[in-house]
Amino acid sequence: MILTRVALGIGLLFVVSLVIFWATELLPGDLASQLLGQSATPETLAALREQLGLNDPAPVRYWNWLSGALTGDFGVSLATNRPIADLIGARLGNTVFLALYAAALSVPIALTLGILSALWRNSIFDRAANAGALGAISLPEFFVAYILVLWLAQTGLFPSMVRINPTTTMGERLYMTFLPALTLTLVVTAHMMRMTRAAIINLMASPYIEMARLKGLSPLRIVLRHALPNALAPIINVVALNLAYLITGVVVVEVVFVYPGLGQLMVDAVSNRDIAVVQAVALIFATAYVGLNLIADVLSTLSNPRLMHRR
Amino acid sequence: MSGDILLKIEDLRIEGRSGDTWSEIVKGVDLTLHRGEVLGLIGESGAGKSTVGLAAMGYARDGCRITGGTIEFDGIDLRRTSEAQRRGLRGKRIAYVAQSAAASFNPAHRLIDQYAEGPVTHGVMGRDKAEEDAIELYRRMQLPDPEGIGFRYPHQVSGGQLQRAMTAMAMACRPDLIIFDEPTTALDVTTQIEVLAAIRDIVRQFDTAAIYITHDLAVVAQAADRIKVLLRGEEVEEAETRAMLAAPREDYTKSLWAVRSFARPERTDSPGAALVSVQGVSAAYGKVPVLEDVSFDLHPGRTMAVVGESGSGKSTTARVITGLLPPSAGTVLFEGSPLPPALKSRTRDQLRQVQMIYQMADTALNPKLRLRELIGRPAQMYLGLRGRALEARVRDLLALIELEPDTYIDRLPGELSGGQKQRIGIARALAAEPKLIICDEVTSALDQIVQEGILKLLTRLQDELGLSYMFITHDIATVRAIADDVVVMQKGRVVDKGPKAQIFAPPHEPYTELLLSSVPEMDPDWLTGLLERRAAQG
Repeated sequence: MILTRVALGIGLLFVVSLVIFWATELLPGDLASQLLGQSATPETLAALREQLGLNDPAPVRYWNWLSGALTGDFGVSLATNRPIADLIGARLGNTVFLALYAAALSVPIALTLGILSALWRNSIFDRAANAGALGAISLPEFFVAYILVLWLAQTGLFPSMVRINPTTTMGERLYMTFLPALTLTLVVTAHMMRMTRAAIINLMASPYIEMARLKGLSPLRIVLRHALPNALAPIINVVALNLAYLITGVVVVEVVFVYPGLGQLMVDAVSNRDIAVVQAVALIFATAYVGLNLIADVLSTLSNPRLMHRR
Repeated sequence: MSGDILLKIEDLRIEGRSGDTWSEIVKGVDLTLHRGEVLGLIGESGAGKSTVGLAAMGYARDGCRITGGTIEFDGIDLRRTSEAQRRGLRGKRIAYVAQSAAASFNPAHRLIDQYAEGPVTHGVMGRDKAEEDAIELYRRMQLPDPEGIGFRYPHQVSGGQLQRAMTAMAMACRPDLIIFDEPTTALDVTTQIEVLAAIRDIVRQFDTAAIYITHDLAVVAQAADRIKVLLRGEEVEEAETRAMLAAPREDYTKSLWAVRSFARPERTDSPGAALVSVQGVSAAYGKVPVLEDVSFDLHPGRTMAVVGESGSGKSTTARVITGLLPPSAGTVLFEGSPLPPALKSRTRDQLRQVQMIYQMADTALNPKLRLRELIGRPAQMYLGLRGRALEARVRDLLALIELEPDTYIDRLPGELSGGQKQRIGIARALAAEPKLIICDEVTSALDQIVQEGILKLLTRLQDELGLSYMFITHDIATVRAIADDVVVMQKGRVVDKGPKAQIFAPPHEPYTELLLSSVPEMDPDWLTGLLERRAAQG
């Protein structure tokens, strides 16, 4: 079953790669004339097309691109003439670092808040946690970011810009990226927390929860041991969705804090019409989405004894 | 009953919420239980049996609140004491066994973990001791493989075994009192006996007091010392079991007996040519074979009961006849010509001839549609009725099922009682003007008095309209009441078939014998006698 799911994930990625390739084919304009600009002559254009392999039929170009991508060779950036793998390498690391940082903050907070607000349903705590989380998710990211800059950076507590170089230590790095990570945490916590709360409350009317009550168990034990294990599947899926968002959707936050991540690279590449980079980054984003959801599905399966232990 | 008093409930009042209003659902019930005594609590659904049973644990479900009276358990006033102290009693000194063990065991944990949870958190014994103890109790409850069964998950264990495992779990802390809330209602008759006997024995072995809640008099007669009858939150009467069975005082109690005596007159005419002929049908869900070589004939204007335990293939046979599940072999003939196996390839007229009524009227009716649409749609689809003609037809149908058209035509299913919903299911089937109606456990979810009303209605409609019924049920009493012919199924095969008189008269097929002898009788010595006879036969 898990193998089928993995095979499906790979198949899906293949389809996504086709879509990415096809979509960039649809973009107007010709790469060679873009590159040459005003200086184009018919002869230079033809030569460049030949050099870039643009005269090959689309399936051949697709195959060359995909087989290169699979070995980590995304080709050469058309704008800077540097290998795309080099461009992406460091930035991918930064993006993953920031995503993990935000996840390490937000997932425990969201789960704890969700469990506690389910436990103390309709209490003041529940209402405050819900209102706070909804407030944070309703505000645009850049607004949250600027508020944090106003409160925490203007007062000198944390830096408002992230300057990372190879000599930065882990401690400094965590300190410098705290504000972007906190911004992202505020943005994604609400979704996970509310799903945790809803999934648990949804189960609280089950006969087996009543049975647990009638066995004289404490409310906390009932929620943690009897409701939570059965609520894991939806929670895991929402966590995975938000992790994928943390990797692919952080452009605005990267811009505000001048953080050298993939999002900014993608935006720059689009405005420069650097098609090869756009394709590469899009493929990485798609892989992150498909991969994280795949992991979520596998974990959900593992958390369900009905699927793990056949009759 | 000279033992000292364990539980004393006086003038118990409980309110239930519907919408924003609270109304009294238990209206001043008194109850006294001595140590080691078993009290049967009976009544139809809505009588407040479960609510009273839970109140004996100082517990009220969400949407209920205890508003008056005293609940005194072994000298402790459960209404006055703290929630923490009530928690200390629950599971330890007062335990609960729920109706559906399959739903009441947590699907995420092994049986033995759920067993050990109570004793360990209440500090009665350590985990290792609890595991040893669980195996001992599983053995006493006559579960197969007592050493291993606890290490399985609930979905890996059958319903009857789960119910016994749950009784063992309730026994874990050796409580003074156990509340059994319809513990055998969801089980097949043959399984019911085993569970009932196991419960009765273990309660006697440990001298545990019990409140046994059920709607089935014959069941409670086997287990209870005394019986209390409830109706709409009030006590009707209470007496020693034998005294009550011999001479019920109140009319309501007598009516509970009378339901079982309903029977349609025997038919003397010979059956005509087969309306539906099922010939050598085999079917499977995926690779799991469910039916094997099933053959029988259904005759026009007659009722054929299909009986058997759950999993015997009764409903699957219905699915093959309706075309929902194309068979892997065999054919279904309708009035002599074969029906296409799949639903999609049947003509509208072929579809119209066979209609279904389902067990759960609640889930079989779209809650957002008014009765006008629910009943009108098949009349519109199959018969092309429109406008006034359609409305007139819907009104006729409502009158036919004994619901006042003006009052009901614009109601939603949520505004009906369980019996009324089932009547709508019948009207919807009738709207298509079918020749055959398949009734799949249509009375199983209803109280006995409501059941009787539905059976009488179905019988009347048959006489007036010449309908044929295929009546799927596991309730032998219903079969006795209305069937003309009987098919007995076991593990996907037909093991016995014929006219009712022939099936119910000895000599029986062995499995038919087992089914018939498992139906509880209104005799407190029935279970003991049956078990002795079966033991004697080996």
